[in-house]
Amino acid sequence: MDSYVNLFIKAVFVENLALAFFLGMCTFLAVSKKVETAAGLGLAVIAVQTVTVPVNNLVFQYALRPGALAWAGLPEVDLSFLGLVSYIGVIAALVQILEMTLDKFFPKLYNALGIFLPLITVNCAILGGSLFMVERNYGFTESVVYGLGSGTGWALAIVALAGIREKLKYSDIPAGLQGLGITFIIVGLMSLGFMGFAGIRL
Amino acid sequence: MTATSKTVLIDPLVDNNPITLQMLGICSALAVTTSLMPTLLMCLALTSVCVLSNTAVSSIRHYIPNNIRLIVQMTIIASLVIIVDQLMRAFAYETSKQLSVFVGLIITNCIVLGRAESFAMHNGVRLSFLDGLGNGLGYSVILIFIAVSRELLGAGSLLGVQILPLTKDSGWYEPNGMMLLPPSAFFIIGLMIWGIRTWKTAQVEQPEFEIHNAVGSEAR
Repeated sequence: MDSYVNLFIKAVFVENLALAFFLGMCTFLAVSKKVETAAGLGLAVIAVQTVTVPVNNLVFQYALRPGALAWAGLPEVDLSFLGLVSYIGVIAALVQILEMTLDKFFPKLYNALGIFLPLITVNCAILGGSLFMVERNYGFTESVVYGLGSGTGWALAIVALAGIREKLKYSDIPAGLQGLGITFIIVGLMSLGFMGFAGIRL
Repeated sequence: MTATSKTVLIDPLVDNNPITLQMLGICSALAVTTSLMPTLLMCLALTSVCVLSNTAVSSIRHYIPNNIRLIVQMTIIASLVIIVDQLMRAFAYETSKQLSVFVGLIITNCIVLGRAESFAMHNGVRLSFLDGLGNGLGYSVILIFIAVSRELLGAGSLLGVQILPLTKDSGWYEPNGMMLLPPSAFFIIGLMIWGIRTWKTAQVEQPEFEIHNAVGSEAR
């Protein structure tokens, strides 16, 4: 049990997808003007990440890994080169399913998320999470914990950035730095702050 | 070369740069730029994927049904990235290990999908080819600049060759360790944007709030 808690904390803080690995940066910078929308997007990312990482784990374990097709009587087949196409397919399909489920059963949440849900398909934090899961050889339970943790970390980072940017619009910024420029510098400072977690050994 | 194709090729280099203006493909710009060698490989990979995907999408654009176009584009891009990834593992194994997941993440690099969606779907094969090349180069210019400053200031070397003699080898240069850490890339891009926008003032974003001095406007 301890190791799962550690993995969760590590995924949220130490290996924060946005501030330590720079994944999902495009949406991170583009959709962080308001805390409300940022929180909605963060929620959607947590949901999608928690579902896709374990599903991709199953796909990897039972279809792509060298020797994974032993249950089908093909023990020497290695399909790991098909990884990228399968993961992105799984992600696109799951986002689509999630969208339809939310539309049917939670219309309020669906309306709040709006355009962000389909956009998540091309958010590199999602694909990155799955690729890290494969690279680090997580088991099924670990991948559930990792998906939840990395999604939470990303959501935390975007809400924090949106909070800073909301305050920032009243400040006097040099013309050339206005908008994108100053945002980059803030994210740099936030990332420096998050590096403080790097010393934690769990 | 006609005027349009020239603009299509040259424009993304500074005037309409994918990273500093369109805000596309930022993830990899930050993560792979600690040293020059992996950066060059990454630029090569991205530029070739971008050129090929633009060409492929543009050549079949009349046959793609509109409501499944994203899936078609994703499949084309993912297949191209798999080819690039396999080639890299075959010929540059060490560097491809350093790039780790970021080669795979070219699939979700918004430059590739963004150009396929907004340019290749509406333009001919030749123009799309040039647009892909232009955007790939625009991305490469920024990445190479960041990588050169990070490796030179952070380790005093370029492509692994020592340029500035370090103090620990009885030279004079004390390396700036922060340049090797992730946050420095943000600062370099931020400052680059400042520089570019001071030069090309048309790119400056308008502030949401005007700040008035209490004394009056003549204080400016």
